[in-house]
Amino acid sequence: MLTLAHFLTLSAILFSLSVAGIFINRKNVIILLMCIELMLLSVNMNFVAFSRFLGNLDGQIFVFFILTVAAAEAAIGLAILVVLFRNRSTINVAELDDLKG
Amino acid sequence: MASIQELIFYAFAAVMVMAAAMVISVRNPVYAALYLVLTFFSAAAVWMLMEAEFLAIILIVVYVGAVIVLFLFVVMMLDINLVPLKEGFIRHLPAAIAVAVVMAAELLLLIWSKGRFGSDAFPIPQPHGADYSNTRALGDLLYSHYLLPFEAAGVILLVAIIAAVALTLRKRTGIKTQDPSLQVRARRDESVRLVKMKSEKPQRG
Repeated sequence: MLTLAHFLTLSAILFSLSVAGIFINRKNVIILLMCIELMLLSVNMNFVAFSRFLGNLDGQIFVFFILTVAAAEAAIGLAILVVLFRNRSTINVAELDDLKG
Repeated sequence: MASIQELIFYAFAAVMVMAAAMVISVRNPVYAALYLVLTFFSAAAVWMLMEAEFLAIILIVVYVGAVIVLFLFVVMMLDINLVPLKEGFIRHLPAAIAVAVVMAAELLLLIWSKGRFGSDAFPIPQPHGADYSNTRALGDLLYSHYLLPFEAAGVILLVAIIAAVALTLRKRTGIKTQDPSLQVRARRDESVRLVKMKSEKPQRG
């Protein structure tokens, strides 16, 4: 018998994994972006689960909009990454300290 | 005796968690992107189990088909030196595990204590009949009540397109490209010159 708690557990584990990913891949911008995508996925899973168990479709509409914004974010983020690599020849976060005061 | 839904859920949930763990731990970003594909596929299967068929298909088409392929493009296009990017991996590992475990423990405690989200508080809904269309229900809602946000989402996508193109556009010097506006503006008397001269006899010999 699959209750709401099962789906929430799955999404909680996914979210914790992506937080750990941000901690251990602090140098690599690409993996950081992937971890953000994983976080958005776990949030979306919460939305879908609540939408099903409350019998209300509004949650799925929200997921639709989150997917839209996430796609835009990935496109702009990767474009910034390409420009960054063109100018600095590195995507190492530790070397991007031009704004250091 | 576990039902077929439970078996499917546990199988895909296990694959999903393993793939997510691989995404954050593999060395090569290309493999990370491929494991991300596996994660999204398993997530789509779990969503299908929750009767969100439209979103499950959208997740595969938009995320796997577009976003992850974009990631792969960028990863393969950039010539990244991987060695300095992995330093600190071992050093930050204990902190990362500690944070993740504490966070997961807190969340699970919250979810499972006092039956907050159990079957009593949230009774398991009846499955829809075969004539129910998730896509039609979503469309009814999206094109009536959520019409303005839908248009705003379109504008956001347009802004993203323009931003991505404007960011990556660059002028390179020293290459021979066509300039269509110059070509269109070309006039006849710039390139053709009429010369008056007498006709000449062909020379024999």
